[in-house]
Amino acid sequence: MNAPEPTLTPNRMTYREASKQALREALLSDPRVFLMGEDIGRYGGCYAVTKGLLEEFGEERIRDTPLSESAFVGAGVGTAMAGMRPIVEIMTVNFSLLALDQILNNAVTIPHMSGGQFAIPLVIRMATGGGRRVAAQHSRSLEGWYAHIPGLRVLTPATVEDARFMLKGALADPNPVIIFEHVMLYNMEGDFPSDMKEVDIARAKVRRAGRDVSLITYGGSLFKALQAADALSSEGIDAEVIDLRTLRPLDTKTIIDSVARTRRCIIIDEGWRSGSISAEVGMRIAEEAFFELDAPLRRVCSREAPIPYAAHLEDACLPQAATIVAVARELIRPS
Amino acid sequence: MTKKVHLDHAHLLHLLKAMIRIRHFEAKCVELYQAQKILGFLHLYDGEEAVSVGVMEALTPEDAIIATYREHGQALARGVDPKCLMAEMMGKLNGCCRGRGGSMHFFDRKRRFYGGNAIVGGGLPLALGVALADKMQRRSAVTACFFGEGAVDEGEFHETLNLAKLWRLPILFVCENNLYSMGMAVERAEADIDFVHKASGYRVAGEKVDGMDVVAVESAARNAIDRIRRENDPYFLECRTYRFRAHSMFDAQLYRSKEEVEAWRKKGPILRFQTWLEANRLIKPEEIAAMEKEIDVEIAEAVAYAEAGGLEPISELERFVTMDEVPA
Amino acid sequence: MNDFKMPALGADMEAGTLVEWLVKPGDRVKSGDVIAVVETQKGAIEVEVFAEGVVSDILIPVGERVPVGTVLAQIDGAGVAPLPVEPAIVAPKPAPQALAEAPPKPTVAPQVSRRKITPAARRRAVALSLDLETIVKGTGVEGSIRLADVEAAASVARPAPPLTRRGLDLSQMRQAIAAAMSRSKREIPHYYLAETVDLHLSLTWLEAFNADRPPIERILPAVLFLKAAALALREQSKLNGAYENGVFLPAAGIHVGWAIALRGGGLIAPAIRDTDKKTLVELMAAMRDLVERARRGNLRSSELTSPTITVTSVGDRGAESVTGVIYPPQVAIVGFGRVATRPWAVEGRVESRPLVTVSLAADHRVTDGHIGGLYLAAVARLLQEPEKL
Repeated sequence: MNAPEPTLTPNRMTYREASKQALREALLSDPRVFLMGEDIGRYGGCYAVTKGLLEEFGEERIRDTPLSESAFVGAGVGTAMAGMRPIVEIMTVNFSLLALDQILNNAVTIPHMSGGQFAIPLVIRMATGGGRRVAAQHSRSLEGWYAHIPGLRVLTPATVEDARFMLKGALADPNPVIIFEHVMLYNMEGDFPSDMKEVDIARAKVRRAGRDVSLITYGGSLFKALQAADALSSEGIDAEVIDLRTLRPLDTKTIIDSVARTRRCIIIDEGWRSGSISAEVGMRIAEEAFFELDAPLRRVCSREAPIPYAAHLEDACLPQAATIVAVARELIRPS
Repeated sequence: MTKKVHLDHAHLLHLLKAMIRIRHFEAKCVELYQAQKILGFLHLYDGEEAVSVGVMEALTPEDAIIATYREHGQALARGVDPKCLMAEMMGKLNGCCRGRGGSMHFFDRKRRFYGGNAIVGGGLPLALGVALADKMQRRSAVTACFFGEGAVDEGEFHETLNLAKLWRLPILFVCENNLYSMGMAVERAEADIDFVHKASGYRVAGEKVDGMDVVAVESAARNAIDRIRRENDPYFLECRTYRFRAHSMFDAQLYRSKEEVEAWRKKGPILRFQTWLEANRLIKPEEIAAMEKEIDVEIAEAVAYAEAGGLEPISELERFVTMDEVPA
Repeated sequence: MNDFKMPALGADMEAGTLVEWLVKPGDRVKSGDVIAVVETQKGAIEVEVFAEGVVSDILIPVGERVPVGTVLAQIDGAGVAPLPVEPAIVAPKPAPQALAEAPPKPTVAPQVSRRKITPAARRRAVALSLDLETIVKGTGVEGSIRLADVEAAASVARPAPPLTRRGLDLSQMRQAIAAAMSRSKREIPHYYLAETVDLHLSLTWLEAFNADRPPIERILPAVLFLKAAALALREQSKLNGAYENGVFLPAAGIHVGWAIALRGGGLIAPAIRDTDKKTLVELMAAMRDLVERARRGNLRSSELTSPTITVTSVGDRGAESVTGVIYPPQVAIVGFGRVATRPWAVEGRVESRPLVTVSLAADHRVTDGHIGGLYLAAVARLLQEPEKL
C-alpha cells in the first residue's frame, strides 16, 4: 500500500494553449526568434494562439503584417538567410498559395541552388483542414502538396503533446519547416508528462497498438482513426493507429513495421485521394512491404470535390470514423 | 545635401574597368555558349553595366545585394571572383554554387550576395527579410535590391514597397528599367510608366536617373544610401537603361527595331564614359589598352580555371537539399 | 510474333516452374516440338510449342516459378503461318454443316481466372511447402486466399518437401490429386453403373494373337479394354468431352486418358490421342511408352491436357471392380476390375469363365443412366468380337 507516488503529474491543456506555450518558450529561449503574420498581435491570432504574446514580447518580435502573404513569407526567408529564426504564421493553408512562390522557389531551393552557402531555418505555421462549415476556400487540406517538395519538413501535430513540443524540434532544424495545425484540434484537451521537454520530430508514432489492421493517418484525422479503432475493438477487431506526425521526410520504417505486424492497412487522409500523401504511403508499403500484405491496401480520403458549405455535404466529403470502421470491417471480415 | 562623387583619376579608371570587365566577360560567355560550354539561359547585361557598377560603388562590404537572373554585372561589380562565376557558368564544381545555379543563380555568402533570382519579383520579399534581419540585429547595413521594370507588374513589388516603408527598412530599390520585360514594352504593360510615382504611392521616396551614365548612377546611389541610413527609410531608384542584346540567347527581337537598338547603342554606358574621359583627356589611350589587356588576361584565367574544374559527383546531387546546419 | 506461354496442364494447375529450356534463341521450331520442361505437381512435363518460327527471346529463366499464361518465350513466326492447333474440344454445332471442309470453329477454352492470393499468404505457403491449390476457398477480400487460409490448410496438410529436382514429387502429386478429386466430388453429380462381361472370347483370341510373338510384342488384355472403351464412345459421344462453365462441350476426337499408377503412390492419366483409330499394336506401344515416361516424369504437356475421358484398369492385383471419380472437366470415367475366373451361366449351363466388371461413373449434368447403360452394353458387345477391335 506504500507504492511510491508517480513522479509524473500530467499537464492538461488545450491544443491552442500548448501551441501558445511552445511559441512563448521559443521566444524566451532564443532572441533571434520572432513571429510574423496576419493578426497575430493586436487581434491575438485568428485562432487565438498568439493571444497575449504582443503584450509580453512587443511589436518588434510579434509583427502584425498586412495581407501580403508573398511579401511576409519571403521576408521570413530573407531574415532566415540573414541570421534570424523567424516563425511565420499564415492564417490558413488556403492563403499559403499566395506565398507558394516564396516557399517553393526560394525557401526550399536556395540552400541547394547556392551550393550549400545558405540555410533557411524558417518555421511556417498554418491552420489547415475542414469541418468548420466555412466552405471550399477555407477548408483545404494541402499538407500532401507540401510534402511533395524536397527540402521541406512537414509537421502535423495531432496531439496536445506534439502541439506543445514539435515547434522546438522545428526550430532546431536548419531547414524550412511547415507546421500544419488542424482547425478542429485547437479546442481539444490533452495531457502530457510534466517533465516532458521535447518530442522526436523524425518519427511516426504508434498511438494505439493493435494486431489486425494498421490505420495510418495524421493531423485532424488521428482522432477519427482512434474513434474508429475503439468502435472496431467492440467488434473484436484490434486496430493499430499510426500517427505519421511528419509527412516529410516520412518515417517509412514505423509504417512498414506496423504493416508487417498487422498485414492490413487503411490510410486515412483528409487530402484528396489522387496524388495524395496517402498515395505516397501506400506506394511505400507496396515497395517495401508487399510480401507482408494479407489484404489489399485501402484508403479513406476526402471526396474529390471542393469542400461544400452545407453540413451534410461537408461531412460526406471528409473522412469519418464510421467510414473507417466500415472499410476495416470489410477488409478483415469480408461479407 | 547632394554629395558629389569624388572623381579622381583612379576612380574614373576603376569605373571604366568595372564596366569593361562585365562587357568582356559576357562576350566570352557568348562565345562559350555557342561552343555549348555554357548551356541553358544566358541573359546578357550588355548595355546596362553602368547601373550595377554605379550602385555597387555606393555600397560597403556590410551591405547586402539581391539581384535577378540578369546578374552577371552585379556579381562582377560586387567583386565576386570571375573565376568562380565562369566556372558556375560552365556548371563546374569550382563554380560559386558548385554548378547547381548557373548563369541565373550566382550566390556569394561572403559578399552578402543573396542571389540571382529567376522568378520576376521573387527577390523583392527576400530583400525585405534581409533588411529586417539586419535591422533587428542592429546592423547598419543597407540591402540593395535590383529588379527589372517587369517586376513592377508583380504583386510582390507592391507588397514589398508597402512593407518596406511600413517597417522603415533600409532597402535601396534599384529598378533597372530597360524598357522591355522580355518582349513586352513598358508602355504596353503599365498604365502608369512613372515608376517613381508608383513608389511614392507607398510613400517610398525615389528618383529617376540616367542608367547609361555611370557617374550619375553612382552619385544617385550614394545619396540614396546616405538618406536610407540617415532616415531609416527605403529609397527607390529608377535607372533608365537599355539592353543591347536579346532577352536571352534565343530571341528574334521582333518587338523592337534595329534602328531603336542602334540609337541606344550610341548612348551606351561604356562608349559614352570612355568618350567623355578621352575628350577631357582624363585617360590616355594606352591606359585603356593596358586595362583591356588586363581584363582579357583575367577572363582567360577565369576560363582556364573553369575548364580545369571538375564536376560535382552525381552522388552529391541531393547534398544541400536539406542542410545539416546553418552555415556560420 | 507468337507468345509461348506457361501452359495450363490441368484444371487445377496454377503455376509451374521452368526447369529446362531445350531450345535457345535463334533455334528454329515447328509446331509440336518439345522446347521446354516444366515442373508441376504432376512432375516434369515436356511442353510443346504450337507455333512455327524462330525462338527470338527466352523470357523466363530456368528455376523460375510463374503463373499459367505467363509468356515464357517468343517465337518469331515472320513469314510462317501459325499452324492451327487442333482443339481438343469443339463447340456444339448449332446445325449440321453442309460441307465437311469447313473446319469446326475452335472454342477458346474459357480462361481459368487467376486465383486471388495475398502476397503474405503466397509467401507463407511457399515457406510451408503448402500447395495453394488445396485451398478450396479464400476468406479474404474478394474471396482471396489469405494468411489465415494458408495456416488453416497447413494445419491439416502434411508439409511437402520443396520441389527441387526434375521428376515427380509424390507429395505434391498427392495434393494435386486431392484438389482435383475434391473438386470432382464437390461439383460433379456422379452416377454409377456396372456390367459384368465374359472375356472368354477375347482372351482366347488374344492368346492366339500373342502365341507367335516375342514377349515385347505381346498385347495385354488391358489394350482390348482400352480399345473397346474408345470405340464404344463413338456410339455415346456425350460421355466424351468436357463440362465447363455450365456447358457440355463434346470433344472432336477420342483421346482416352489412361490411368497409370505410379510406384510409390500417385496416379496420372495422360492421353492416348485418337485411341479409337489406333490398332491394338499401336495402342500397346503407346501404353508402354506412356507408362515408362510417366514413371520417369517425362510426359508432354499436351498429353495431360487433352484427355476427353479416363479409362482405368486395375490389372491382375487389383480389386474386382472399380468405381471411378471423374477427372474434371471430363464427364466420365470407365473402370475395368481384376479379371477373375468365376462360374458363369452359358446357354443354361454353369461354366468357369474369365469375367471382368466394367463400371462407368458419369456426370449427371450431361447424361443420364440410360446413356451410360447403352455405353456399357456397347463395351460388352465389342469385347465379344476381339478380332474387330
